Amino acid sequence: MSKREVRSIGQAGWGRTLGAAAISIVYFFPVLFIILTAFKTRQDALAWPMKFIFTPTFTNFVSVFFRTTVEGGAAESTGFGLYFFNSLFIGGSSVLLALLIGTSAAYAFSRFPLRGNDTYLFMILTTRMMPPIIAIIPIFVLFRIFGLSGTYVGIIALYTAFNLPFSIWMVKSFFDDLDRDIEDAARMDGSSEWRVFRNICLPQVYAGLAATFVFAIILTWNEFVFALLLTGTQTRTVPVQIVRTIGGSMGVDWGLLSALETLFIIPVVLVTFALQNQLLRGVTFGTIRR
Amino acid sequence: MTTLTPVQTPPDTLAAVPARRSARGFLGWIMAPERRGPLLVVPAIATLVVVNLFPLLWSYGLSFFNYNAKRLAVPPRWVGLDNYVDVFTDPEVWGRFQNTAIIVIGSVTIQLIVGFLLALLFSREFPLRRYLLMLVLAPMMLSLSAVGVFFKLFYEPTFGFIPRIVQTFTGEPFIILDTPVKATIAIVCADAWMWSPFVMLLVLAGLVSVPKYLYEAAEIDRAGAWRRFRTITFPYIRSLLLLALLFRTIETFKIFDVPYVLTEGGPGTATETVSVYLFRVAFNYFQTGRASALGYVVLFGVIVLTSLYLYAIQSRRSEPAQ
Repeated sequence: MSKREVRSIGQAGWGRTLGAAAISIVYFFPVLFIILTAFKTRQDALAWPMKFIFTPTFTNFVSVFFRTTVEGGAAESTGFGLYFFNSLFIGGSSVLLALLIGTSAAYAFSRFPLRGNDTYLFMILTTRMMPPIIAIIPIFVLFRIFGLSGTYVGIIALYTAFNLPFSIWMVKSFFDDLDRDIEDAARMDGSSEWRVFRNICLPQVYAGLAATFVFAIILTWNEFVFALLLTGTQTRTVPVQIVRTIGGSMGVDWGLLSALETLFIIPVVLVTFALQNQLLRGVTFGTIRR
Repeated sequence: MTTLTPVQTPPDTLAAVPARRSARGFLGWIMAPERRGPLLVVPAIATLVVVNLFPLLWSYGLSFFNYNAKRLAVPPRWVGLDNYVDVFTDPEVWGRFQNTAIIVIGSVTIQLIVGFLLALLFSREFPLRRYLLMLVLAPMMLSLSAVGVFFKLFYEPTFGFIPRIVQTFTGEPFIILDTPVKATIAIVCADAWMWSPFVMLLVLAGLVSVPKYLYEAAEIDRAGAWRRFRTITFPYIRSLLLLALLFRTIETFKIFDVPYVLTEGGPGTATETVSVYLFRVAFNYFQTGRASALGYVVLFGVIVLTSLYLYAIQSRRSEPAQ
């Protein structure tokens, strides 16, 4: 811990806060704009100069999920309920699978290096770094042959593989950080390898696993290309449907689109806040820790 | 990396183990300590081989054929290296590489500058820092397609706020996505806005890791601000800047969602990046063989850049300063 004390960063006062606040709000403005527009009526949304003070309305959020017909019939579902469910379900199950497989692999890569350990790790990272569009050409063909396009099984399998390299690198970086003397001491006392893993290593990386889980969920939640090509009407995820919505011929409905985007990004923004300390590691796949 | 000898079996069990193992046959063989690592890795490798490597090898094969993924019944026709020759000689392909290069250079440069300045701003502790930092870091975590939609709204000629702001100054309607230059700038701005926080995060990690005593020593020596920066701060952030540069170059090189959503490659083909073009060839024209060949050319570039990145990571770890 002595390192921490030496490397304490300099102090600055409220003056710096003021300057930073101005710059941060300008930087955040695009997101703020969308969130504000989501709560505006059609007139307010298109008003110029832009209104910062207005009476908020929730109609846009309602119309994300239900559309009313002009004749005044019963409200009809737009299907966005399903798309949000799909995003969560596909994301959740593929990330859980990837984490399960990835953690065991990460532990092995960290503790029982294979011959050519680094080569394996390099190849694993490369599968993540390569443009998704390259992998998707043959996968598209395979999915058509095996009838997997538009099914949950297909897209979950694909996202599991998509999240696996990230999970392996992230979790490995947490295992690498542990103090090995504790493990060796346990081994000296006769603990089995399983007990060393289960009772000593794993509890120390719980926080890391949680961070990896959340990061992978965000990555999957945000993913667009795979979903665009390989999901059907029943398995479509939110980003695909949003892009399809602006492609519509009705012109841009600002309030509706903003409400959609708000629902789509708010969870991400909130979760990012909770992850702040792991952000550096997360966005670099565990390759940079501090 | 220190190699850990797997087990130090306590002496009392040592004698019993070999006997039991030979009795178990295959199960005993597979559970042996020296197979522990491979065994744990197998599920992951198997998944990657099935879902990633096998399709990749298949597309390698396809790159030598004339094939249409939409007509599965029509058998592929062998064309040898024609697809590769085609990719390397087609001026269209080089045009897309140029578009991509311009976006990469523009965006990564802005990201490095803006990210660095933001990092300087946040390199001190001040009230509410954590919360303000969050506002700046948020764009990076958003969906690429969502950012595309955002900027599509902002650039919208009649109601988007950017054309409106410009219009209040010039009095003329301002259409952003109508000329190649403006459309390219529009994409660079969207991408740079999203990813400057990434550079900031890396540079910030370097800035806060500078030991305080170095600055105290510099103060005693009365070193000027520039000299302090050059001799103390810069060495600590140099490796991280390089990593940010490489990482962002790899990622921006792949840029797909933002141009696909924002400009659809237009006007004309001015903002059609390699990835968007690849998408077109593969899924609009369904020239699967040709797309596979182009894909392999791109993949080669990404592999080179990734190895450079990992090399930079390795050399940063071995730096004494860290």
